[in-house]
Amino acid sequence: MRKLPQAASVEHSEMHQPVAGQELPHESAIKHVTGKAVYVDDIPEAPNLVHVACGLSTIPSGAVRSIDLDKVWSSEGVVDVITWEDVPGSNDVSPVYDGDKLLAEGRVEFVGQPIFAVAADSFVLAKKACQKAKIEYEKAVPFLDARMALENEEFVLPTRTFKRGDAEKSLVSSKNRLEGEQLVRGQEHFYLEGQVSVASPNEDGGVHVISSSQHPTEVQKLVASVLGVGINRVDAEVRRMGGAFGGKESQAAAIACLASIFAIRNGRPAKYKLARQDDMVQTGKRHDFWNRYWVGFNDQGLISGVEMHLAGMCGCTADLSEGIVDRAMFHADNAYFYPSVMIKGFRCKTNTVSNTAFRGFGGPKGMMAAESMLDDIARSVRRDPLDVRYENLYREGRDTTPYGQKIEQHILLPMMKKLEADCGYRARKVAISQFNESNKFFRKGLALTPVKFGISFTAKHLNQAGALIHLYTDGSVHLNHGGTEMGQGLYTKIMQVVADTLGINQERIIVSAARTDKVPNTSPTAASAGTDLNGMAAKNAAEIIKRRLFDFIVEAFEVSFDSIQLKGDKFFFAQKEWAFEEIISQAYLSRVNLSANGFYKTPEIGFDKEKGTGKPFYYYANGCAASEVVVDVETGEYRITQVDILHDAGNSLNPALDRGQIEGGFVQGMGWLTTEELLWDDQGRIISNSPANYKIPTAFDVPEKFTVSLYNEANTVDTIYRSKAVGEPPLMLAISVWCALRDVAASFTDYQESPPMNSPATAEQVLKAINWARARGVSQ
Amino acid sequence: MKLGINGSVREVTEDPDQTALSFLRREGMVGTKEGCASGDCGACTILVGREISGNISYQTRNACITPLNQLVHSHVVTVEGLADSGGLHPAQEAMLEKHASQCGFCTPGFVVSIAALVEAGEDSKREAVIEGISGNLCRCTGYAPIVSAGLCALRKKHRSSLKEKNLFARFKSDDAPRSEYARPLSETELQAGMRGSPDARLIAGGSDLMLEVTQGFRSIPCFIDLSMVRELRAINETDNQIQIGSSVTYSELEHYFEARSKPFLSILKRLGSRQIRNVGTIGGNLGNGSPIADVPPILLAWDATLELVDAHGNRRSVHVCEFYKGYKETQLQDREYIAKIRIPIKSMNDFHRFYKVSKRLEDDISSVMGAFRFESVGDEISLARVAFGGMAATPVRAMEIEKNLIGQRITNDLIRKVESQILEELEPISDVRASSRYRLEIAQAMLRRSLQEFSGQERLVITEL
Repeated sequence: MRKLPQAASVEHSEMHQPVAGQELPHESAIKHVTGKAVYVDDIPEAPNLVHVACGLSTIPSGAVRSIDLDKVWSSEGVVDVITWEDVPGSNDVSPVYDGDKLLAEGRVEFVGQPIFAVAADSFVLAKKACQKAKIEYEKAVPFLDARMALENEEFVLPTRTFKRGDAEKSLVSSKNRLEGEQLVRGQEHFYLEGQVSVASPNEDGGVHVISSSQHPTEVQKLVASVLGVGINRVDAEVRRMGGAFGGKESQAAAIACLASIFAIRNGRPAKYKLARQDDMVQTGKRHDFWNRYWVGFNDQGLISGVEMHLAGMCGCTADLSEGIVDRAMFHADNAYFYPSVMIKGFRCKTNTVSNTAFRGFGGPKGMMAAESMLDDIARSVRRDPLDVRYENLYREGRDTTPYGQKIEQHILLPMMKKLEADCGYRARKVAISQFNESNKFFRKGLALTPVKFGISFTAKHLNQAGALIHLYTDGSVHLNHGGTEMGQGLYTKIMQVVADTLGINQERIIVSAARTDKVPNTSPTAASAGTDLNGMAAKNAAEIIKRRLFDFIVEAFEVSFDSIQLKGDKFFFAQKEWAFEEIISQAYLSRVNLSANGFYKTPEIGFDKEKGTGKPFYYYANGCAASEVVVDVETGEYRITQVDILHDAGNSLNPALDRGQIEGGFVQGMGWLTTEELLWDDQGRIISNSPANYKIPTAFDVPEKFTVSLYNEANTVDTIYRSKAVGEPPLMLAISVWCALRDVAASFTDYQESPPMNSPATAEQVLKAINWARARGVSQ
Repeated sequence: MKLGINGSVREVTEDPDQTALSFLRREGMVGTKEGCASGDCGACTILVGREISGNISYQTRNACITPLNQLVHSHVVTVEGLADSGGLHPAQEAMLEKHASQCGFCTPGFVVSIAALVEAGEDSKREAVIEGISGNLCRCTGYAPIVSAGLCALRKKHRSSLKEKNLFARFKSDDAPRSEYARPLSETELQAGMRGSPDARLIAGGSDLMLEVTQGFRSIPCFIDLSMVRELRAINETDNQIQIGSSVTYSELEHYFEARSKPFLSILKRLGSRQIRNVGTIGGNLGNGSPIADVPPILLAWDATLELVDAHGNRRSVHVCEFYKGYKETQLQDREYIAKIRIPIKSMNDFHRFYKVSKRLEDDISSVMGAFRFESVGDEISLARVAFGGMAATPVRAMEIEKNLIGQRITNDLIRKVESQILEELEPISDVRASSRYRLEIAQAMLRRSLQEFSGQERLVITEL
């Protein structure tokens, strides 16, 4: 057997850096900065395209008595008007359980529910026409918040419980007991690109639909279903989204369905683009949660038993709330061991828009209960909250979650210790105490909190992915996979994986739009699992092609398989270098299949929903953050002055992109917990319905002292390049900000009590907590 | 009408309420995005260049609420027009280098806002960058890489092609004015226009008015644009007062008050965003009658008077105190406009403090705005102005409290007494911005703070930390 000289091979690998792990820019970055990246609304419109708008319910609950659309029909530029009776196939567009109606059928269940839809010559004419409908209702009594629904046992789905030991008994026998409750409000996604879809009729009675969706397969399925045609007649395509954050997982489908119905009815392309205010009223958001907890612990703050009730405001239908409330329950332990435990998750039905996925998928709400409880315990035993967190962290022997999964990788203790030292936590705590004692108008707070986030879809069947690679005769590569690009850099990472697997420069590769006719039956790009799943599937496809090429070389050049190398755009065998193109071209002439499908399914996972035990997660991603704030104690106004983050992305595939996810996720979480206040009035109308009254962070809100470090430790399970998912977990690092603000209020009780504080901690809420603490301070 | 777009001359005839954004996108310049259509997100940010007496300057604007007709003879530069034969603009290069785009949808807006700083030759300072992008929202990056990109862009060498001589000559023309979008240059022309088109809507920056079009989907068939009226654009000082033309923008006020009133400057810096301040005017802030506008409480504290003029040139003077009649209702009659705002110089020289509390610190509408002016003889208060926004259906002065302060020495007892009077004198509502209770608490805190500061206990507000 002939072998390449060892030295040459070593020298070469030193020259060629692996692409995976490099800080490549986002694959579309140049297009982004020059304005050349194309979003759905940027595609040139066909001259006969119609624009869609919907007439929305103005009451939260009741029967539709009559609909008079005469003036809508006669409005300028109107081409078509439909109600639910005009839907050719099914009027149900639910992702999992039935109930989400495309257009209201006799009953309305929230303010903003689409009742009829209009197609017109322009967007403005469609909107103007919608204003001319006359709709009469018979009003019913609405349920408008989780607490009210819970008291009336109004649920969209049955209540579930995780249980171990006898939590009640453990609480009774504990030396110390505490209870607490908190309202954690939801969040508007505020993706900068609103929901939008363009459907064009095809010759098979179906449509080609281009949308801004995290889930092209579901768009395809539901469009086929509302049209009453086979799935094979519909192609769904997504090149990129201008942000999604979970808001385009299930919510994009109805938009595509309405455009498709008009496209088919009129034989014209149809575009449905939501006006920002419609988007904020008509589409689902993060759930409000009303959390309650009862906890028993010893004088060190070590927890012996916990009972938690997590009540999610699901809105009027189930949508994805089964999994969302499950995930709140899965993360109600965050990183802490609860020896005896009972966690109940309630799925409350309210007459509000059906709430949906949002980065963290319920996890953040469960984690808020845990972290606020840990602070409460710490203050009651008069220890630093960080020490009580250490005390309760999962560790060897205390390593089983309330749902029976064993924690295998104990990485958080060393991470938190490192962050504690690096950010000077203890010294700053002392300095803050002194500052607070000597300052009349401002006080400071500091908190260091961990995140442990389970990675995998908790619905097992979604943990699969496909990819498609074509190698063309000039040596260029076309890559598709089931994942969608929403800014997270998925396409870049998958490109890196394929470049590395094939041993070629990434410039040879074009990653093109996700399309259901290229890679079918895909899962949503969600649950942080985009790279884990699609990266593995793409690697599989690349390996298949590589193997075929090597087999061809073995046969054509009579060399051994093991002697062949493919690196840096070159083949090495028979003691020679061969240009990549040359071998590809020869392989084509020898009739080698240069296209391959890849597939992946996550191993080992499985969870029994009814029993509430099993292994829902392949692994956990971890992180910790220390945040410092300064508060004006007379108005509650505050600034976040320093944030230090240490995050576990395993072997990062692209540290620049991962840092982007961490910083961006943190600031989005910070917005959720501080200035983003989702509010309804007593008539069930969303009053935070525009960017003028719903305030996401600006650059001014982000501190200058903001450090993000990656904890470079390989994933212990076999993920793509031993990396870890990074999409959702960083959002929850922002809980440190909320805890730091509450720390300021607690300072008025000399840190002996935890003032109640709902989320978001607006200046108003912070002042309320301070006033509570001041009153307690005086009474002591 | 003629204007320049990315260096090319364009002759356009569009509906008067057509926005610059819809025009640009229809013409294929789709790099400029629509994120909100209400001037709140900045995804549609464009550069608008003007040549005024030989000086060329560019400002950022929200294309979504800018009537295209307002851009006559200007040079509009979109994200597509920044890169030239020499390659990417420094703003683009820096955004690329710092990994500052994720989904990319807000990116063109940020690029344009940073390019405006580069074109203006700003120093590479964090404060300048943050102010420059104050009207641009990003939901992906958390801003840190964008701020780095801004700092980086301002350190790069740049030879601008946007200020070439004779560039603007090509965009100018002597075309006949359109009656549907009149652009009077003097008050005489304005009054004639108002007599000729009694139904025309007066527009200055349009940052409020255009929402009727983009959010309410109502047509406005006829405008008279105040933003070029010479007399309304001027700031004049006399011995005892300053006169500010109603079409003076917030950005211009920032410049003017920089050396004259630090408290006013600090409020101006939090009023809207850079894009809004470049177009929004002091007259608009008063004329729309909003109870939560930032400027009226300040003018109340300063005892400003407004000069109102009708279509026949009849002038009357109204104390700002009497200008507001009820919720969104003012003394302005049909076919009357605000010409000038007169502020006594003495007021500005007196002790004054202005405080604003809003849910978000930058680019947000006030929950409560407090404005205070005091004078003393010896250690007794001889003059007191206590004015609020967000505490009633109109901007208001707390007259009883003012009365009770006169002749008093500032003591803790006095402060406690007038604080409790806030609860008696004001009845704010609860809404999306704040509860009634919180509004009362912060109004009390503001009053207390102003008196403490007047008695020498100077202190910082949260945005100064």
